[in-house]
Amino acid sequence: MVRRFLKAAAPLATLLCAAMTPNPGSIAATSYTAGYAALATRIPAFARKYGLRCSACHTAWPELNAFGQRFKDNGYQLGNDRDSPIWQAPAYWPIAMRTTPQLHLESTTHQVTDAAPAPGGKTVTQAGFDLSGVDFLLLGTLYKNITFGLVPTLDADGTTGLEAAFVRFDNLGNSPWANLKVGKFELDNLLSEKRFTWLSVNGGQLYAYHYLPPGSANNFGFGDNQIGAEFSGHSINSYTRYSVAMLTTDDGTPGLPGGKSMDVMFTASRAFAMGSGLGPQRIGVFGYLGHRPTVFDSINGAPIPGSGSANKAFFRFGATAQLWVGNLEIIPLVAHASDDAALGPGAVKPTWNSALLEAHYVATPRLLVQGRYELLRMSQQGDPATPKTQGNADAIALGFRAYPFMFSRDGMAIHGELAMTKSVGVPPMTGDGSGVVDPSAKVWSRSLLLAFDFAF
Amino acid sequence: MRPQTRWMSLVSACGVALLLGSVSPAPAQETHVGSLTGHATAGKQLYVRYCAGCHGDEGDAQGENAQWIDPKPRDFTMATFKCRSTPSGSLPTDDDLFNSVTRGFVTTNMPPWVALTPQNRVDVVSYIKTFSSRWRTAQPRAPMTIPSEPAPTIQGILHGRELYQRMECWKCHGGAGHGDGPSAKTLTDNKDDPIRPYDFQTGSRFMCGTTNQDLYRIFMTGLDGSPMPSFADQLKPAEAWDLVHFLRTLQPLKTPEAAIWRSWFTTHGHELKAIGPGGGGGGGR
Repeated sequence: MVRRFLKAAAPLATLLCAAMTPNPGSIAATSYTAGYAALATRIPAFARKYGLRCSACHTAWPELNAFGQRFKDNGYQLGNDRDSPIWQAPAYWPIAMRTTPQLHLESTTHQVTDAAPAPGGKTVTQAGFDLSGVDFLLLGTLYKNITFGLVPTLDADGTTGLEAAFVRFDNLGNSPWANLKVGKFELDNLLSEKRFTWLSVNGGQLYAYHYLPPGSANNFGFGDNQIGAEFSGHSINSYTRYSVAMLTTDDGTPGLPGGKSMDVMFTASRAFAMGSGLGPQRIGVFGYLGHRPTVFDSINGAPIPGSGSANKAFFRFGATAQLWVGNLEIIPLVAHASDDAALGPGAVKPTWNSALLEAHYVATPRLLVQGRYELLRMSQQGDPATPKTQGNADAIALGFRAYPFMFSRDGMAIHGELAMTKSVGVPPMTGDGSGVVDPSAKVWSRSLLLAFDFAF
Repeated sequence: MRPQTRWMSLVSACGVALLLGSVSPAPAQETHVGSLTGHATAGKQLYVRYCAGCHGDEGDAQGENAQWIDPKPRDFTMATFKCRSTPSGSLPTDDDLFNSVTRGFVTTNMPPWVALTPQNRVDVVSYIKTFSSRWRTAQPRAPMTIPSEPAPTIQGILHGRELYQRMECWKCHGGAGHGDGPSAKTLTDNKDDPIRPYDFQTGSRFMCGTTNQDLYRIFMTGLDGSPMPSFADQLKPAEAWDLVHFLRTLQPLKTPEAAIWRSWFTTHGHELKAIGPGGGGGGGR
């Protein structure tokens, strides 16, 4: 679902072009309410299998706690000899489904419409009852130490997708330090967008994970599931973790549409059993070295998929933490990004930095109050003629999730969220909006969401 | 702030404090594991999060998942625990409970909670001790001491095999240790729920640990609440070690005991009588 969402957000280059060449009609091409943020992976199928409450694995679902992280790292196995499917009743099927009926409001300023042409534009607001899509979460064990994952998606407009499909060989050589996963899967992000507790259009994605400069030919997003192989390991309690992944250069798009080179991702983190909070204190680093082709073989001028060459590199790296003070969880993240100049939009390599601070107050296992502030600052524009601040963004989100009941068969959250972003000279990353004429205009985009988020 | 307002604030604060105090769990004995001290108040929210689904909000094994679980979760109101270092009938030590939470129980739904911080685990232990008044009226007896383990020998293993026959371990655990002895299907725990004997063929872990010392402790302390009795009064330490070494040969593992056994068995196996009614002899003993 994230991918679909980002498809709406990805053509920033197009949008920037629209900004430079006002096209009032383009607004019709971009849905203001194109979709919703990641429907995260939280899986009542496991709770049913093991008879555990959601709260055993989730701080407040879908976010994993330390126990849930260890369970995931161990190949969705608890390690009490009940992991193999042979122990399950024949009627057990490892599937869960999730969807989110909702009432929401979306509003974006500085939009060029037929009635409000450039340069001023107007604020466009939409509101009403709506639906998310459905995620079908099929995950479990094929055999002891062989794990599978399959996540087909059905969007509210009927579009289908395949969010994840992988097999994982766990505890190779009887060691937790060696696990191999092959297929399409979520990157081992320490702050997972798939297990986000944010759902709104503006709150449900991170600039740190998805931002690309206007006009860039790059399509990479940390939050997008990627295709490749991941080798990972962890200590017995998963306090020490690492992963190294080799990924195709297609941002998770199947069919090898890009080039033949490989991207590389690494993460490492360490948790410390300090303090008396709800979990250990974890710090970690991550990095991504990617490539995108700039030249394709062609037939009659049409590029041949998969024939990309003349790869140009881009980098992402950063650090994050998960800190507990009593029931308060604090998640800071800082990241740096740079793209090769050949990936656009100009003759100079664009670079930017982002930082966020997210806080969760877990009042009880049934009530989460949360907030997040994120900023992105361009440090170097690809085109020197571009104003230095164009692309800068600030995002703030506040919300709560209340769980009226909690047991092992299903789960529901009453979810409220207010999220706002301010982007300079570009439309918000949500995909809402057609373009911005003034490169220094401060575009505000707001989401107000009340949803019933349930899985069974 | 006016004096009257200040007084009202003070009275309100006291009221809140009293209210909070009234809903806190009853104080149990302090819990100490190493340098950590457990707090039942902190343990309560962890218990609700991690444990109550099976063990119940009242610790009475009536959690909403209990009906689906086999074997049934422990009933903390009875304060009877299988895995102890203390003699049969005694409460366990704080370390025993802490180790049980950390290790989990193989072949049950109780997972290892090793991912929780040690402080979290000792807090949970502290809260578990609030469910029974026994924790306020009795003390755990001194943990059993385990003498140093002798090196395994074929003579010791064969002696252990004889003990397995003579002590009638086979009646529950079966002649080959599969947990399929003639009494196996009749066994119930202290709540009359059916219970299965341990199957030595399933792997390396026992209910209460993985080492030879753990195995020694299991049958010398017994598993309270289950049909597994304590053999502390029937077995001398040397005999208990012989039994440990024999039991290791029943497991599908590459252990020193298994190597000794296989080496001997290839040439002398035909001398043995199968374990069971009237069996178990041979092997030059």
